[in-house]
Amino acid sequence: MYREILAVWTPLALAPLTWIVLTIGAYLAGCWLQRKAGGPPYANPVAFAVIAVGFIVVATQTSYATYFNGAQFINFLLGPATVALAVPLARNFHHIRRNLASIGLALSAGAVTAILSGIVIVRLLGGSRAIALSMAPKSITTPIAMAVSSEIGGNPALTAALAMVGGILAAIIGEKMLKGLRVADWRAHGLAAGVAGSGVAAAQAARLDGVAAAFAALGIALNGLITALILPLVLLIWH
Amino acid sequence: MLVAVFTLLGVELSGELLRSALHLPVPGPVVGMILLAGWLIFRGYGCETAPAAPGALDETAGVILNYLGLLFVPAGVGIIAEFGLIRQQWLPILGGVIGSTVLSLAVTGLVLHHLIRRKAAPKKARILAVGDKPCIAKS
Repeated sequence: MYREILAVWTPLALAPLTWIVLTIGAYLAGCWLQRKAGGPPYANPVAFAVIAVGFIVVATQTSYATYFNGAQFINFLLGPATVALAVPLARNFHHIRRNLASIGLALSAGAVTAILSGIVIVRLLGGSRAIALSMAPKSITTPIAMAVSSEIGGNPALTAALAMVGGILAAIIGEKMLKGLRVADWRAHGLAAGVAGSGVAAAQAARLDGVAAAFAALGIALNGLITALILPLVLLIWH
Repeated sequence: MLVAVFTLLGVELSGELLRSALHLPVPGPVVGMILLAGWLIFRGYGCETAPAAPGALDETAGVILNYLGLLFVPAGVGIIAEFGLIRQQWLPILGGVIGSTVLSLAVTGLVLHHLIRRKAAPKKARILAVGDKPCIAKS
């Protein structure tokens, strides 16, 4: 029996199609589980898919290069997806026009805080430069975060994982923490969720309020932009 | 739909070309995002009530962004190759992600909250703010 399975699996393991189907299947299963659980942020479909596919890759003794040979067709779409973020950014532009200075300041303050606190805390706790560089862009939306990470010499896979963990954390604690700090404005809630926790936290904020959803979309797109522009400058100073 | 796919890929390519021509330290797709957002706003699509952008761009972007999570999975699986690194440096990794997420959440929320509140008071009397132009797309 084992031999027969092996005889079928061995050629399949090299076929790109196998890994595309498994990746999409694992993601859909993650989405289904999250819906079944009532949509809590910790039941993240991306985290589920990464763990499930990672388990299959390790269990079948497949190399990451073999897996990526197939999955690169999905990975390729990250580029056009980043460009597509321009559409919600443009659609929410009227919110910025009305509060240009306030949003610009809050956004820059949040972006700089995320970058510097990430780098400083990692270094203080004895982390390597590569970890600090992977941490620096982790608050921005994952496609931009991974592109920036490889640009500055970080580890894109680690950055993607950190973005996911940070997003889940922001989604869980965001509303309670900001209310504890006496922040009552939904615009501030939304923008903070978008800036600190990108997509995962934004989805959580969108469930609470419509204005928060618009500001979360703004926070995601603008923070991606600002961090991509600021981070190379920070690294000019910190060699 | 095909026009929208062509637009997204074409803009990404333009972003890559501009990036390498000007030696920008910013990723090519981000340059593309700036180009496309600038064009949409310039053409007057920069508000929710404006008509749909040409070539089914709104729908296509919506479909891609709806399944954005799926696109991170291939790179995310790469984390299994870094398992040793994570086990070795779990403290700075965990401390960094928790600390910087909490701090940036608090700073962004507090700054915007206080700026908007301060600004809102004297402007209440005005019916139309300067930025509140009526929103019409150029055709």
